[in-house]
Parts: sequence; C-alpha cells; structure tokens
Amino acid sequence: MTVPLVETQALARHYRLGSGRILRALDGVDIAIGKGETLGLVGESGSGKSTLGRTLVGLQRPSEGIVRFDGRDTADAAGSHLRELRRRRQMVFQDPSGALNPRMTIGTTLQEHLLVQGWSRAAARARQPDVLAQAGLPGEFAERYPHEISGGQRQRAVIARAIATDPDFLVADEPVSALDVSTRAQIINLLRHLQRARGLSMLFISHDLSIVAHICRTVAVMYLGRIVEIAPRTALFETALHPYTRTLLSAIPLPDPARERARPHVSLRGETPDPSAPPGGCHFHPRCPIATTECTETSPLLRTLAAGHQVACHHAGPATAAL
Amino acid sequence: MTTLLDVRDLTVRFGQTRAVDGISFTLDEGETLGLVGESGCGKSTAALALMGLLEAARLDGSASFGGRDLLALDEARMRSIRGAELAMIFQDPATALHPLIRVGDQVAEVLRTHLGSNRREATARALDLFRKVGIAAPEVRLRAYPHEMSGGMCQRVMIAAAIACSPRLLLADEPTTALDVTVQAQILGLLRDLSREFGMAMILITHDLGVVAGMTDRVAVMYAGRIVEAAPTGALFAAPAHPYTVGLLGSVPRLDAGWDDDLATIPGSVQTAADASGCRFAPRCARASNACRTEPALIPTGEGRAVACWHPA
Repeated sequence: MTVPLVETQALARHYRLGSGRILRALDGVDIAIGKGETLGLVGESGSGKSTLGRTLVGLQRPSEGIVRFDGRDTADAAGSHLRELRRRRQMVFQDPSGALNPRMTIGTTLQEHLLVQGWSRAAARARQPDVLAQAGLPGEFAERYPHEISGGQRQRAVIARAIATDPDFLVADEPVSALDVSTRAQIINLLRHLQRARGLSMLFISHDLSIVAHICRTVAVMYLGRIVEIAPRTALFETALHPYTRTLLSAIPLPDPARERARPHVSLRGETPDPSAPPGGCHFHPRCPIATTECTETSPLLRTLAAGHQVACHHAGPATAAL
Repeated sequence: MTTLLDVRDLTVRFGQTRAVDGISFTLDEGETLGLVGESGCGKSTAALALMGLLEAARLDGSASFGGRDLLALDEARMRSIRGAELAMIFQDPATALHPLIRVGDQVAEVLRTHLGSNRREATARALDLFRKVGIAAPEVRLRAYPHEMSGGMCQRVMIAAAIACSPRLLLADEPTTALDVTVQAQILGLLRDLSREFGMAMILITHDLGVVAGMTDRVAVMYAGRIVEAAPTGALFAAPAHPYTVGLLGSVPRLDAGWDDDLATIPGSVQTAADASGCRFAPRCARASNACRTEPALIPTGEGRAVACWHPA
C-alpha cells in the first residue's frame, strides 16, 4: 500500500473533568485509512469513537500524538493548507435535524458551505442541483426548510453538503441511527454508492455491527479509548479474537428466529467502567472471562496475528477462539 | 391457553388524526407478542391507550383484560389495576424515573400503594427485587438517585418497579433502544427469564427485528395506524406475506450478507393515517393495483396468520 490518506500515531485526546480527574477519550490510537478505503468503527457509548471521528476531520485537536492527512501532519495547518484540509475532510452527523440550520433553506445551507470555502455565490448556486441530485434529492428541495422534509431527506441534505466541496475523506458518525428501518437502508445504499463512485475514503462509525459489516471492508473495535481489534470484515465476524469483540458479536440479535434462539449468548459481566477511571492494565480485564494477572498489570498492544488482523489481547489465539 | 387480553377495533384519535385506526389482537396468558413498526405507526400510542395514559385522546373499541374493558374503566379503577396487574416500561429509563427520589423508594412506593405494605416491608421487598433484576450491590443502590446510575441500571430499576406486584401483563415500549448492545442483551435476557418464571405475558414494542426474532411468540406488524400482518414469529420471518413486512425484513443488513449486495429498500416514506384512502402502503408498494384503492381488512389465512393485503406474497 502507498501512503495512507489518513493516519494517526499514538493519538490521544484528554478532557479535564475537574478535581484532577482526566477522561482519556482517546488513549493511544493508531489507525490508517487508505485512499478509497472504508474503515468501520464500532464500540459502545463512551468508547471514544465519536471523539476519534471528530479528531480526524479536525473538529477537535489531539492532546497528544499525530494526525496525518495525505502524508502531512495536520497539527500546525494554517492558511491555504487549513483551507484545503477543510475542503477535503467532511463529516455526516447522527442527527440531521441538529446538523442543519432550521432557519435556512437546504439551498442556502449548501451555498453557505461553499461560500466559506471561497466560492462565488454564482458558482455555489450553479453547483447546487448537481450535488442535490447526487444525494438523491430533487432540485426543488433547495427551496425547502429542514422542517418541511422527512428525516431521511434531511440526512440526504446533510450528505449533499458534505460532498459539495468534493472531499476525499468522509467521517460518517452514526449516520442512520436516528432514522427508521426502511429509510436507513436507503441512506446506507446512498453512502455506499457515493463512496464507490467517488473513490471516497471513509470512517464509518456505528454501534450497529451489522450495518458496519455491510458498508466496510475493514472494521475496528474500540473499548474505553483504545482500539482492541482491527480486521477485515469477514475475519472479524467469523474469527474475532478479542474477548470483547466476541461478546459484542454474540449480543447482536439476529433477525432470524431459529438461529437467534439456537446460538449461545455470552453475557458480559458487570457494567462498563467509568471512562474517567478505567481499570489498569487491559481495560477489559475485570469483565473478561480469560483474564490473568498479566492482564491486570500490563496493557496489551495491538499485534498482528493474521493478514490485516490485529488484536490487543495477551491471550488472543486458541483460548479466545474457543470462547 | 386462555386469552388474557382481547383488543377489538382499538382506535385512538387526537383531534382529527387517527393515530391508531381500528386494530384488533389477542394475547394469551404468558405469551409474548411483538408489536413492530416504524416511528409514527401507532405502536406506542396503542400501548399508552391500554394503560389508560392518554388523557387528550378519544378512544374507541374495547380491550378486555381479565373480564374488564380497560378502555371503559374510570380512573380510580384503572389506578388499582395499573402497576398491579398491568405494568409498563419505557424506552428512556432515565426520564421515566423521578430524578429527585431515591430509586429504592420509587420501587417501594409501588408496593405500598398496591399491596399496602408498610415502609419496612416495602424496602425489604424492594431489596429482593433489586437482587432479582441483577443490580449489583443492591443495598447501596436502593439509596441512589437515577442520575447516579447508568442507563442499563435505571432500566433494571424500572423493571423492578414494574414486576413488583407480579403483573399478568407487561407492556415494554422499546425497552432496550436507548441502551448499548451488550446491555441490551442483559436486559432482554432478564425480561425473558422473568416472563418465563412468573408466566407473565408481554407486549414488546420495538422496531428492531432482531429483538423480535429472539423474544416473541407472535408478531403484529403495524403501518400507519393499522395492523397489516400478524403471524407466529417463525412463520413471519420465514415467509412474510405483506409487501411492507417483506420490505422491512429485506432492509435489515445481515452479518452474513454479501458486501456487494445493495440493501433492499422501501421507496418513499410513511404517509400519515389521516391523508390515506385505500391501502396506506399502496403508494410505496410495487404490487399495488386498482384493487388497493379499497382498504383491505386483516383477513385470517390459517395457521394463526392474518394479512391485510389484496396481493400478498
């Protein structure tokens, strides 16, 4: 592989909570997304997946570590470099109602987005129909306000805005969680088509593994600020090696009564720990069925166990595969 | 099996809008029925109507529950049943609990109201219930406030309050939608165990077909205020008959589906019940014909199935 489009090294993002407590939302994350690749990111609430997405598009600064975009460090970006980064990195948010200005028509929203990029009003207006069409919206929707259109159409408008500047990297943060099942499929298909037609690189964040499986070739699993496993989608779903990934997979209800009732369910012990006071060593050890003393003391690093399959677990291998 | 609940032609009107438009279904003792559909289809409204929690609505039809018509009871009678024989849990446990009252007291209140327990008995029983629903360190948690607990723990408290008087029927409205998937698995397991242990019937309202597959005996699919299909769970998933059910099942991504396959979609979006004439799904339906201008009734097709469609699959 050539230089990845987006790459992080030991990326960390800390928040001060007062009384000396620090929330390590990102605690040393190394990922790389190649040109035209889609990386799926799954994890439960508080795992840091949204923070990672926001940091990758530059909505948040890293506390430590590096974010490289197209080979260049983004930390000190200014002037034309910063403008270029903003053009090339875009984001689709979870709640399309909150992501659109309720007092602007969809057309005005699209134009504003281009004007701040230095486009002329005329050029921005000329771009509008094409962008709407690509997002599957009829041209007259430019005149509508967000409250006049459905939730699925609002998410299409948010997607239209994100692709208006012709970006090459898109972060989609739970883009379908707020939508109904039938609309959800439409938006997933739209994102897939855009991603392929434009050769977009994408970070697709979701708590729903089955959606991620459908849209991403590679999937990363986060737990309390760290990546615990990265693998090609089939490897992850067939031979997940991290005990947390295995529990996560067994917890997803399958829309198939016979299989859903027949398969064993691995129940997770205890509750998700307070992210501001994670357990030492491997963060997962208090809930892990195969934890040993080593796990309470040393934090496991990501290591490669098969082609493209990395796991952060001291005991990953035959022991976890049998869980 | 004896019938516990028999709902006939339940209609809920808010002004001119019919949120629920003549739905009928029955529920046996100990049975779990899934009520499935997208937002706005009327599934939650139907449950709130059965609980007598809709003040501003006009209700029609009947809902016979252990010999009484829930829709005809006055508020005093309803109060004695609600929480005792009939209980409900909600989607967002954090807002369903009172934020300023310790969670143990909220569970104890149910017992004092319906069983006339004194304070000490009620607290002791609340402690038992906390253990039953799997709350760790129950003695400490009794004295906690809702904001001090996670969403999953709050939902366990809600369940403890709901089962406190061993109700015969539990209405669960999207009980795990706000929760993480591993917590969801724990809560669903708990509900399954409780319904088995106490023979408690359950109406599980959800949009998640995976949850339906694992939890329910029968399913009723709702669209724009009406039940469009009802069937035993296995039969519904194996051979959906209504085009909407077919679309709904097809639009769910599966872990084992091919990466290159597009998801099946249902074109368009839901119309409201008010502006519909004929079959409400017809504008989105590939099978629609002239016949669909007349509204199809929910017709039994044998083997416990029923479908409201002129052109079922």
